[in-house]
Amino acid sequence: MADRILPISGTLHGAESRRGAALEWLHTWVVTVDHKKLGLLYVVYAIFFLLVAGAEAMAIRIQLAFPHNHFVSAETYNEFFTMHGTTMVFLVGMPILFGFANYLVPLMIGARDMAFPRLNAFSFWLTALGGLFLYFSFIGGFGLYGMGSAPDVGWFAYAPLTAKAFTPGHNTDYWALALIVSGFGTLGTAINIIATTLSMRCRGMTLFRMPLFVWLFLVVSGLTLVTITPLTAAQAMLLIDRYLGGHFFDAQAGGSPIVWIHFFWIFGHPEVYVLVLPAFAIANEIIPVFSRKAIFGYPAMVAASVGIGFVSLTVWAHHMFTVGMTAVGNSFFVLSTMVVGIPTGIKIFNWLATLWGGRIRFATPMLFSIGFLFQFLLAGLTGIMLSVAPWNWQLHNTYFVIAHFHYVLVGAIVFCIFAAIYYWYPKATGKMLSETLGKWHFWLFVIGFHITFDTMHFVGLLGMPRSIYTYEPDRGWNTLNLVISIGGFIQAIAVLIFAWNLIYSYVRGKEAGNDPWDAWTLEWSTPSPPPSYNFAVEPVVRSRRPLWDLKHPQDPDWKYER
Amino acid sequence: MSSIPIFADEAWRLPSRGRVGMLSLIIGESAIFTIFVVAYVYYIGRSAYGPTPRILEIPIFNTVCLLSSSLTIWLAERAIEHAFIRRFAAWWALTMLLGIVFLAGTAAEWRRLIFQDGLTISTNLFGTTFYSLVGLHATHVVVGLAMLSLVMLFTLLGRVNPGHAERIQVLSLYWHFVDAVWVVVFTVVYIVGR
Repeated sequence: MADRILPISGTLHGAESRRGAALEWLHTWVVTVDHKKLGLLYVVYAIFFLLVAGAEAMAIRIQLAFPHNHFVSAETYNEFFTMHGTTMVFLVGMPILFGFANYLVPLMIGARDMAFPRLNAFSFWLTALGGLFLYFSFIGGFGLYGMGSAPDVGWFAYAPLTAKAFTPGHNTDYWALALIVSGFGTLGTAINIIATTLSMRCRGMTLFRMPLFVWLFLVVSGLTLVTITPLTAAQAMLLIDRYLGGHFFDAQAGGSPIVWIHFFWIFGHPEVYVLVLPAFAIANEIIPVFSRKAIFGYPAMVAASVGIGFVSLTVWAHHMFTVGMTAVGNSFFVLSTMVVGIPTGIKIFNWLATLWGGRIRFATPMLFSIGFLFQFLLAGLTGIMLSVAPWNWQLHNTYFVIAHFHYVLVGAIVFCIFAAIYYWYPKATGKMLSETLGKWHFWLFVIGFHITFDTMHFVGLLGMPRSIYTYEPDRGWNTLNLVISIGGFIQAIAVLIFAWNLIYSYVRGKEAGNDPWDAWTLEWSTPSPPPSYNFAVEPVVRSRRPLWDLKHPQDPDWKYER
Repeated sequence: MSSIPIFADEAWRLPSRGRVGMLSLIIGESAIFTIFVVAYVYYIGRSAYGPTPRILEIPIFNTVCLLSSSLTIWLAERAIEHAFIRRFAAWWALTMLLGIVFLAGTAAEWRRLIFQDGLTISTNLFGTTFYSLVGLHATHVVVGLAMLSLVMLFTLLGRVNPGHAERIQVLSLYWHFVDAVWVVVFTVVYIVGR
């Protein structure tokens, strides 16, 4: 089955490209407008920064492993947690997820490329420039004042700490400018994905036959349009305050630091959904294929995704219960936050129903997806706990909150990213990733994850605040912190195994063939890696599982779909 | 079989990617303007010291110019659709002229505010919010004019033909958006805030 040539694949014979010089090879990657190459660039870029931000996290954990530790100074500690957060969200999470979208959306909808290939390349290079810019601050942040280096104001950069008086030097400017630059890149990508999805679909690919992956990225891109831009606007205001002597967040002139907090979370909370909806997208593709069943409740999944997109825009102030709001304000944001649980619950039940009665294959992508399901449920439950304002007053800015959002960001999103890489690596490179190394990666990572983040809830409940660089030995946090740090290093080892697997399998991996997982979406009908033109003949689609129809002409899906 | 709506030989129409892309950009831009407008409205009357918005004069002439440029660009769109290149060039040039008059009016207003009333972006909270919001809009007018002049240049070089009608309409969408935003900015700054 795996290597059977399906009728819609094929090859064209163009002119032989000149090969040889490494420089020319590099040149093709720099000037490329091919969505697949750009997608890979995004992913490689993000994995690089994943290792960097992971190293920062390890430094943080060494520092906190023992009370009164002196591994890094307080200043360096502030820089590391700021850079860890900023890097993971802006240089790892979004690039890798948009990289998947770049690679897969055109293939899944049977298109030749994205709607605007040059805009696509422009967006990637803006994102890359933003990343370089942020990290250049480590060596270039001294500026005229001779102070500071990397940004150290937290990834949320609350006013008035970011005011010129309290943070002289240029590190905060690097933070704002880097995110404005990469923000425009993200905006360009979002526009591109929307235009591609709506305007480039192959014949028969109606909206309700699109793979759920594509649907989710349509929702994510729509959300990105109205999410990234408020951050850009707020950062423009911050720069006006810092460079032109403006007063937006200057309480002495009548401005309000709380306005910054609102603007930041108007971006910041939907941003969580910008990151987690792609994780759902990945799970939506992998869980059915490895359960050998079509996804359960496709229309409900679409509706739930769109619903999450809308509701996520109304919940931002649940980050602000301790800032102080009226009782009406508190109640509204408590309730709107709890409403998110409904569409999310629908999704979890649909995934469970897809698994139910399936012939489940526990390959590495599926293992990571199962881990995602379990951990995402727990993350959602602690989210509901934190949405209750009085509980939040007690636990705000403790490690309980840190544990909650790492459960989402690592337990759900990073698990899905790993699943996606194990699932689509064969398509992108033509080689299978080693299953043995993959299983080592999964089990070490899942064990390390739970050691770290389950324990972190308890230090939070015991009152340990976030963003402190050390603590007194008599608080009862010592053992727990050491356990958290050990778990962190187990995860780090797992990630190194993963990085080794990527390299090792590229050289020694088993040949993948077109369709190693016996999947049903269009990307698996192309050779691995797909040729630059994707499809020799434009495919025609008659159901949600076009490859199923081709593989089972006697029992095609379109007989049953509406 | 009849339940399958789309066959290979049936017409398969999709929305224009240019329009979809431009509309997406407009949604994103609207969010940027929303944040600045919200900041402006929230900070009305909160400035700790003067000058106050009382010093503003309502820019009626400017507003009429900018809003009528939406009409002229629409006439230009119609002209290119019907392949009247000369008429298109004339309406297009008039649109640009109206945009330039608007910018000149803004420049004169700012000159008066800075040198007569002593209001700069760093003077007080009102100055910060006023110059940011009006300046953000003016920046969009400048970007729009840059793109309009590119089309004008190609028109003068004889490179524009009716086949470009759709692209020109996509660009016009942006110009209409810039005009529509002015209605909001005008209302907030010169009517509500004054």
